[in-house]
Order: sequence, then C-alpha cells, then structure tokens
Amino acid sequence: MKRYTLIDHTADIGIDIFGDTLSDLFSNAGFAMFDIITDITTVEAKDQRIIKVEGIDREQLLVDWLGELLYLYDVKNLLFKDFLITDMNENQLTASLTATIRGEKYCETKHTINTEIKAVTHHALSVKLEHNRWKARVIFDL
Amino acid sequence: MTYKYTIEKIDEYSWRIPREGKMRVDGIVYASETMMKEIQKDESLQQVINVSHLPGIVGHSLGMPDIHWGYGFPIGGVAAFDLDDGVVSPGGVGYDINCGVRLLRTDLQRIEIFHKLDSLVNALFKSIPSGLGSHRKDLRLSYQEEKNVLKNGAQWAVSQGYGTKNDLEHIEENGCIAGADPELVSERALERGKAQLGTLGSGNHFVEVGYVSEVYDTKTAQVLGLKKDGITIIVHTGSRGFGYQVCDDSIRTMIKASKEFNIELPDRQLCCAPIKSQQGQDYLASMACAANYAFANRQMITHWIKESFERALHIKPSESKISVVYDVCHNIAKIEDHIVDGQKKPLCVHRKGATRAFPPYHAQTPDAYKAVGQPVLVPGDMGRCSYVLVGTEKAYTTTFGSTCHGAGRVLSRGKAKQLARSRNISRELREKGILVRADSRATMDEEMPEAYKNVTEVVDVVEHAGISKKIAQLKPLCVIKG
Repeated sequence: MKRYTLIDHTADIGIDIFGDTLSDLFSNAGFAMFDIITDITTVEAKDQRIIKVEGIDREQLLVDWLGELLYLYDVKNLLFKDFLITDMNENQLTASLTATIRGEKYCETKHTINTEIKAVTHHALSVKLEHNRWKARVIFDL
Repeated sequence: MTYKYTIEKIDEYSWRIPREGKMRVDGIVYASETMMKEIQKDESLQQVINVSHLPGIVGHSLGMPDIHWGYGFPIGGVAAFDLDDGVVSPGGVGYDINCGVRLLRTDLQRIEIFHKLDSLVNALFKSIPSGLGSHRKDLRLSYQEEKNVLKNGAQWAVSQGYGTKNDLEHIEENGCIAGADPELVSERALERGKAQLGTLGSGNHFVEVGYVSEVYDTKTAQVLGLKKDGITIIVHTGSRGFGYQVCDDSIRTMIKASKEFNIELPDRQLCCAPIKSQQGQDYLASMACAANYAFANRQMITHWIKESFERALHIKPSESKISVVYDVCHNIAKIEDHIVDGQKKPLCVHRKGATRAFPPYHAQTPDAYKAVGQPVLVPGDMGRCSYVLVGTEKAYTTTFGSTCHGAGRVLSRGKAKQLARSRNISRELREKGILVRADSRATMDEEMPEAYKNVTEVVDVVEHAGISKKIAQLKPLCVIKG
C-alpha cells in the first residue's frame, strides 16, 4: 500500500496521505514530507528525539505536527526518516500526539535537498476515514 | 475538474465573474482569451470567488494575468478592504511576506562583461548564501540587533554599511513599513530569522545578471537609468523563515479570531480578523516586521552583489556605478488611500503575487520617478526575459494601483521534473548564452523555462488593459538559484 501520493498542484506541492490507523497516517505524513525534501534513503537514524504537539482538532494537529518537523529542519537542519507516534489523544477541544522521531543533521556532502518547503498550509486540508482507511490531504507552500 | 461559475467577457483583456450566492462583490480577472482558457483548468477562479466572500471587501476581487492556483488567495490576487468593516487575512499575503524584486542598473555594457560571466556567476554563488543552513560567516546577529532589523528594514542595513541612504529613496515605502512591533513576534520566528538574514533561499528565488534587450520608451528608460545593452541585476527573495513563521503563527490566531467574529470561511486558509480588532492590528504589526526583514535582506544582498562584481570583473564601484532602480513587494497588505465612489478613503490592500503600480505624481511615487510613474518589476523565467514597467492612472482607479508580478507557473513542479529528466537544462541554457548555478539539479529542473507562462503575454495584457506601461525588456546572462 502506498504511504502517500503527490497531487498535481501548479505552484506548490500537495500530498494525499494514507494510513490504516490515525497514528500511521501521521507517521506517513512525516515520511512524505522528508521524502519530498530529500532522498530519504540517504538519511540515517543517528539522532532521536521525542516531540509533543497539540492542535485544536485533527486537521490542525496534522499541520502543527508537520510544522514542528519543518521547524527542526529549518533551524536545527535535521532530516528525519522514522516517525513513531507513541501516543495520540483527541477530545472535543484539543488533539495531541507524542512521537519519537529519528534522523540526522544535514550534511552537504551526504544529502541533497530536492525541494525546499516553506510552510504547511491549511488550504484544502482534510483528515478523514474512507473505506476503513485514513486519508489526509495537505498542500505545502514552496 | 469542472467548476460552477459564470464568466462574462468585458473586453479583449478583462473578464467578470458576476456576484452570486455568498459573493459580496464581482470578480474581475485580467487575461487574454487564450490565457483565460488555461486559467479555468485549475482552482484559481474559484479562489477569486472565495476571496469575494470576505467581509468588507471593496470594489472587486481581482485577478492579474499571471494568476494561478495558490492556497487561500490565488497567486496574482488583489483585494481591498474597508478599514471599518473589512478584514485583514494572513492568507492574502502568504508565507513569504514581502517576497519581492529589486532591480539594479549599472554603467557597464554587455560587451564589457560577457567574457567574464563564468567568474561572475561563481563569485555571486560564493558570496550570497543559499541552501540549507548556509549563512555569511561575517554576519553575527544578536536578538536585540534582529529586532532593529524588524523595526527599521533597509534603513537598518544602510546604517550597518550596506549601501547608501540614496538607495532608500528607491525602495517601496523607503524600505521600511511603519508600525512594526518586534515584541509581537514569536521566539520561534526570531530564532528562524536570526539564522537566515542575508540569505537568498531556494525555489524561485534568484539573483540574475542581465542586460537591457529592448527599450520601448526611451525617455522613461533614461529616467530609470536604463539604456540598451546596459547591464542590470535582478534580486528576487523575501523574508525567509522569519516571514513563514510569522504567517504560520498568525494563521493560528486568525483561525480562532474568525470563529470569535463569526466570519464564515470558504477555505480555512482565508482565516482573518477585522482590521481594527486587536488580532488584525497585531497581524499588521507583525507582518511589517517580516516586510522590513525582507527589505533588509535585499539591501544586504545588493551589497554582496557589488562586491562580487568588483572581485570578479576587477572593476571599481566608481566605474560600474551599480545603483538601485527600484524595489517592490509582491506579497503584502498595506493601508493606502484610494478613491471609492468618488471619495478618497484609506483601504487595506492585499497583494498576493501582485505589484503596486502607482501613477505619475502620486504622493508615494518616489521623487526621482514623479513624472514617469512608479517602476514595476516583472521577472520572467530564467531562459526568456523580464520586464520593467511603470504604474498608470488607470491602475490607480481600477485595480487599487496594482498589476501583475511575474510569469506564473503553467507546469507543476512534478511535471517539470518529468519533462526535464532526460534533458540537461543547465547545458541547454548555456547553449543559449545563459549561465545558471543552482543549489541542486531538482531546482534547475523545476525552474526550467517551460514551467512558466510566457511573461511577454502577461505583460502585454497589463499594458493593453492600461494598468501598466512597458518601458524595457531585460534578458538574462547569468543566474544564481537557491
């Protein structure tokens, strides 16, 4: 089963993400983003960190989760390859997750940056259950 | 995909989407018949309609001929809002706040540099940082100093020795939007901004050395310091991670604000707040910080361009005479006076992928260009050409003093990469006499000339529609891409 597919958006890049569970969906979203940014097969799991993200709902949580990863990429120059969602909570007011992520610092001679993502947008954003599988759509600003 | 809306032809170069349903005003799009067919293939026109839903919109929801599918607002979208009952929307400015273009002119002739392009492109690539984690080793910024950048924009850069005071008179808003409040921006924005000041960034950002290939209006061109075969330089970059973070933080606030003020949104990315609300005012003050950061960024890069010319060509600054023609914002929201129903009124004009195009003798048209109108800089793709235009009275009265900003993509990045896979874009351009240095092959492929509309067609529409006047055409010689 495909973890994600690219949507043909003229100016930017959009992705449809899939997952059997909501946790898989979020994990695959992280994978998709770094697969777009770099050749993810060149990234080694040398650094491990635990992050916690909160949003007002599932959709916002997805944007915030990817936004958090993008922040670590942009400021700490980290590339990630493994995304394990260890805890996921949802109620009427908030949605939150805890994840263990693994990757390494960008190295000019080892990694190629294929696409620089500026931001994760809220345009056409969706997270839904379709035929017992989770599906989400996210558009990145490039 | 098919969309439900009516399009009426107004004349050869403009189209109306009549108000219906929850639209508050008509949509007006500037395009030729051929372009209009292309435009209808994606969601751009639906986005023009979505913008017309927003409270307090005045006149029309506008689309420029380089319109394409964005997120929230279309790219190439312009919308003005009443200060009393209108809104301000971070999605109407975008993540790259004050992404913009600066044009430099020189006393150099094409013939003087064309045998030294290799060393020039290398010098530029070396001195202007681009790519992940790159920065100038000689630039260390404290948080306090960063706040000065945010408050003072290009004026800060000049005070640090990057360029001269004279440059400031040739920048939109003199390189500093008033009302910037650094205390409103997040730690995270400051952190991202600190590391990236003075960097080009990637994607469609570039520095391009070119020459004046055509002059359409000799008198005006002379006022702008442009003459045939004269060397020019275009800088295209914005507010980097700082602006992205400010937009991201503001959207979070605005999603809540839209609920608080009961604003019905056709798209979450259009989240907004009344201009006069605390959230609206805070956004404008944070946006001004990012706009100023971008002005400072282009001012610093200009300084390094001058150094690169000196180093690579062994020509003294007194001989090359590199100076700023003008510097315009392409992504911005501004409070400006416009005529509404015969009365002068301050409005909040959002330009998302659009350029201000003020007419001759307008108070904000810089003194040096008072008689000819504000310069408008429209870059094309790296293989064809770019244009210099000036604003007109008609733009002021019909499009809130706005015009197009570039070519606009026609191919998605994926399609461009596919098309470029079996080709060598770098070599193709070299054979045409254009040297390109990019950070990665992916950037080169995505930015291939065919990925963009022909900018000449875009510029012809704004000229025929009377919202700008063509002055000169520029062709590329060498380009650095982030």
